[in-house]
Amino acid sequence: MAVAEKQFTTLSGVPIAPYYGPEQLPGFDPARDLAQPGEFPYTRGIHETMYRGRLWTMRQFSGFATPEETNLRYRYLLEQGQTGLSVAFDLPTLMGYDADHALSEGEVGKCGASISSLEDMEALFRGIPLGQVTVSMTINSPANVLWAMYLAVAEQQGVDWKALSGTLQNDILKEYIAQKEYIYPPRPSMRLVTDTIEFGALHTPRFNPISISGYHIREAGSTAVQELAFTLRDGIEYVEWALARGMQVDEFAPRLSFFFNAHNDFFEEIAKYRAARKMWAYAMRDRFGAKDERSLKLRFHSQTAGCSLTWQQPYNNLVRTAIQALAAVLGGTQSLHTNSLDEAYALPSEKAVTMALRTQQILASESGVTNTPDPLGGSYFVERLTLDMEEAAGDYFRRIDEMGGMIAAIEKGFPQSEIANASYAYQRAVESKDKIVVGVNAFQSEGEPLELLHIDHTAEEHQAKKLAALRARRDNGPVRKTLSALERAAEGADNTMPFILDAVRAYATLGEICDALRDVFGSYQETAHI
Amino acid sequence: MLVAKPGLDGHDRGAKVIARALRDAGMEVIYTGLRQTPEMIVNAALQEDVRVIGLSILSGAHNAIVPRVMELLREKDMTDVIVIVGGIVPDEDTEALKRQGVAAVFQPGSSLEAIVEFIRKSVGGTQVHSFD
Repeated sequence: MAVAEKQFTTLSGVPIAPYYGPEQLPGFDPARDLAQPGEFPYTRGIHETMYRGRLWTMRQFSGFATPEETNLRYRYLLEQGQTGLSVAFDLPTLMGYDADHALSEGEVGKCGASISSLEDMEALFRGIPLGQVTVSMTINSPANVLWAMYLAVAEQQGVDWKALSGTLQNDILKEYIAQKEYIYPPRPSMRLVTDTIEFGALHTPRFNPISISGYHIREAGSTAVQELAFTLRDGIEYVEWALARGMQVDEFAPRLSFFFNAHNDFFEEIAKYRAARKMWAYAMRDRFGAKDERSLKLRFHSQTAGCSLTWQQPYNNLVRTAIQALAAVLGGTQSLHTNSLDEAYALPSEKAVTMALRTQQILASESGVTNTPDPLGGSYFVERLTLDMEEAAGDYFRRIDEMGGMIAAIEKGFPQSEIANASYAYQRAVESKDKIVVGVNAFQSEGEPLELLHIDHTAEEHQAKKLAALRARRDNGPVRKTLSALERAAEGADNTMPFILDAVRAYATLGEICDALRDVFGSYQETAHI
Repeated sequence: MLVAKPGLDGHDRGAKVIARALRDAGMEVIYTGLRQTPEMIVNAALQEDVRVIGLSILSGAHNAIVPRVMELLREKDMTDVIVIVGGIVPDEDTEALKRQGVAAVFQPGSSLEAIVEFIRKSVGGTQVHSFD
């Protein structure tokens, strides 16, 4: 095909011009659109010195089987120079079921660590001083319960909550939109999220009570623009709920954090992060009147794209991940997870996760990209992509505002169907080879076998036995009392966090606490559309 | 054709893409939605009188879920229903699932065309147009 006829597009299908020069940036004002690193609107980064002052946190998401086994992996990762922990929970935990529930059969410990009670959380962090390590927890619908368990372990270790630093994912909106791990209907779920934001503002000033996530939206098949737009619009929804609770914007906004995907299209991803910072700064200042500079600064974690990893020729995944990680770093990420090369198959082996961590260490220590903030700032192409990204995401903002906000849009199925359409269009493009995936639809060859991490059913038996012993051993009086107090709080308007803490301290299980809330709020079922 | 998403996992990108591709290939497709138990799936297959069940499983729970679906199909005398599985299923488990009567396992990277082709051949004689 002649060069003139061929269509050049980003991974998300955005057309790319033959070349970029000043004519693509009419009216571009570096002082207004870029400013200096660390200055409003933070397009070039939230800190003046960026990685010269402090590197990003290398935080590998990890968890499997029993809390005892995961604890050993955490100690290993910390010994290898990892600078923060990130907890992966298994599906029963994510859905608020105990390990011995009928629906947990076959799922315990498979996708993360199994946590059913405070006893499990104690085992997860045994020997790890919570006052010294930052911990991120990927938990959403039952986030309040797992956070209460974490706070209770900190109490046992004698660590002041005010010294705790870490992040709760706790982003329920993207669950309805993309990942679909929800328990209760949207509005009571938003009330629970607002409870944690309010509780955090009062008691845990260094802890991020929420990580507003585009990662899963992208993994579900969205474009980069959709990831950006839906994530920031979710953020606006959380701010509105917290304001409606009676909080002042600068009381809680500094602790809102974000989480983005780092996908294959290098420049498109960098533009996405830059546009995200700029759009959030404007939204916080102009829409909500935030005054505290920390409220305006979008801080984000990033993870390389799990959905880009291939089953075929898995060693290529190491290369994909390195390129994606570089995009996240050039985009100014505050923390980073690099996927392991074997993750199209299973949770990573120790060898694979070590190589993934080394990838970050090579970027940080050898590549030289940390020497100056936003090294691509001023590139005609990157600046044009950043402006286009901002404009397209702004269109989505307007459409969602017209629908009456994100919850109304979710109830209409709007973001869900936009993502499903994008995901199908991408798969068709792979099918027709308009998009090439090396080793899958081009350059195929026989793969090499990998040594994988296997999780057998012993985790399920171990967890069920521990739970049975706990139920027999604990004093059931306080369990019943704290659970019924929680139900009454949920029926009323009180913040539920203190009641959940009481139930957790009495060793009520995750399933029991979520059941108490299910009794009050009901369960959510989405209408399935193809 | 029934596309079903059993287990607790909510990652439905694959199930939805496959359902849409099969529909575009001219098949009548029912998608169950999320978190279906084996009982719910087999009952839906019975009521809708489907010829094929496609199970999408990414969580590693296939060794608990698939045998139960096969057992229920035998109990209800529905062994003529073709069962295919798509998702993250290692090679060694693929063989075990096939021994239990699963017609095919499609691992990550399988082409839509190959899946459509397999179903068309398996049901034999059914008029479906080709997937372009």
